[in-house]
Amino acid sequence: MNMHALKTEPDAAAVAPAIVTAAAPVVAMTPKRQPRAEKYIKMAQESAVRVVPPLIVLALLILFWELVCQRAGSTLPPPSRVLQETKELILDPFYDRGGIDKGLFWHMYASLQRVALGYSLAAIAGIALGTLVGQSVWAMRGLDPIFQVLRTIPPLAWLPLSLAAFRDGQPSAIFVIFITSIWPIIINTAVGIRNIPQDYRNVAAVVQLNPLEFFWKIMIPAAAPYIFTGLRIGIGLSWLAIVAAEMLIGGVGIGFFIWDAWNSSHISEIILALFYVGIIGFVLDRIIAGMAQIVTRGTALN
Amino acid sequence: MQAYLKLDHIDKVFTRGNTSTEVLKDISLTIDKGEYVSIIGHSGCGKSTLLNIVAGLTTTTMGCVLLENREVNSPGPDRAVVFQNHSLLPWLTVYENVRLGVDKVFASSKTRSERDAWTMHNLNLVQMAHAKDKRPSEISGGMKQRVGIARALAMEPKVLLLDEPFGALDALTRAHLQDSVMALHQKLGNTILMITHDVDEAVLLSDRIVMMTNGPSARIGEVLDVPLARPRKRLELATNAGYLKCRQRVLEFLYERHRFVEAA
Repeated sequence: MNMHALKTEPDAAAVAPAIVTAAAPVVAMTPKRQPRAEKYIKMAQESAVRVVPPLIVLALLILFWELVCQRAGSTLPPPSRVLQETKELILDPFYDRGGIDKGLFWHMYASLQRVALGYSLAAIAGIALGTLVGQSVWAMRGLDPIFQVLRTIPPLAWLPLSLAAFRDGQPSAIFVIFITSIWPIIINTAVGIRNIPQDYRNVAAVVQLNPLEFFWKIMIPAAAPYIFTGLRIGIGLSWLAIVAAEMLIGGVGIGFFIWDAWNSSHISEIILALFYVGIIGFVLDRIIAGMAQIVTRGTALN
Repeated sequence: MQAYLKLDHIDKVFTRGNTSTEVLKDISLTIDKGEYVSIIGHSGCGKSTLLNIVAGLTTTTMGCVLLENREVNSPGPDRAVVFQNHSLLPWLTVYENVRLGVDKVFASSKTRSERDAWTMHNLNLVQMAHAKDKRPSEISGGMKQRVGIARALAMEPKVLLLDEPFGALDALTRAHLQDSVMALHQKLGNTILMITHDVDEAVLLSDRIVMMTNGPSARIGEVLDVPLARPRKRLELATNAGYLKCRQRVLEFLYERHRFVEAA
């Protein structure tokens, strides 16, 4: 009601807030600023609610694991032994003794580099192809059935073929990442483009945006929520594929580190590596989700 | 006298598969510069289709639209549309929504700072400058429609097309916005073509009311001149004999001679 008064009658606007504050001083008119300490306590409470339950569950799981694996003759080491045996790896992730004898950081770094390259290429090509398929009926008729077949091929099935084509492990691994993560990006982008409301297209037509402006100013923002869904699925899949691909191609990388640890019967190292892989995968997913939040500015559901 | 905007024997047939429906039949209408013309009719009579044809968003089956004696058959900023559901882009701010059109239309004729000033000028016209950095989701329905009007006005259209611009608003906001549009028309002298299904709105705002028969094959049933002096005041008109007579004529047309029949 006050907004209304504000924009039409400047005289009334001066009076209206005064009346409201006098009658009910606690109404939203007063700025929402609480004392600082109170705010921090509230924040701490909120984060505690989110952090404490998983911590309790985690502690119980580790306890269970410790109890099960502690007895003599168990095939897997209990957490206490894992910690003891991998202390060196945990404390010094940056050592480099040449060859593949490097700290975990370097293995992770190599894997992330491959994922970054393959995934970026997939994102660019995927959004471009998805836009084409979403925009053009003929492109959809021609390409969609092919995509639907190709996307069901397991990532590792591509590896021998790409090794044959590239004759080198590095580009083959990148290609596997690319081909794994591109399908959800294409399909989701196409759905997003197809779902752009006719209203937005009409606006663009009246304003006479050219195709390039239409792409950047209407299509990408309008389809952004869908595109980011595809990107999130894609990053998850590419992180899944990289470990398997690296096991086969060898060299530096977390996948080969795991395989190498298995060959030397260092079970504790495998467990540590799995833990890191999980954390990194989670962080990658959060990064893409955070980017989606920033890019769509929360207008996704308008 | 040369017509400013001329609709010349327009037919529109929608074809889907083997069935074709004739929506509009032989629509001819001339509109002078600065005139405010409303098109009224029951829902489904094709009035929105007609507006889309003038906007260039839909093509005609027969006949054509002439603006200043030149045929127009594709959309353009010279026939800016205020859409029924505002159609603001949700990822842009109020300012950016208006600026989008300004940047395209005045790309070569205005400098950056002039375009900025022009955008703000138009937001001021609809009293929305205070919310320029808000996003459409943060403002009310009436405010969104104001921004939609500012966006259309900012393109300096030859004809302003209003597609049931107040349809989605509550009665009080609607009245308020109608007064704003009347004031703008008074001030800027735009040529306006408005689609509506509200009899009072049509009589209050228009110089002429075009009444359409029910579809399919909707035609122009009657054109009524509204000989009321401007500026018009809502309250005074409520008892004005001329106003009541016009209102009566439109009501008779809509509810006696062309009563809405639910399509089977």
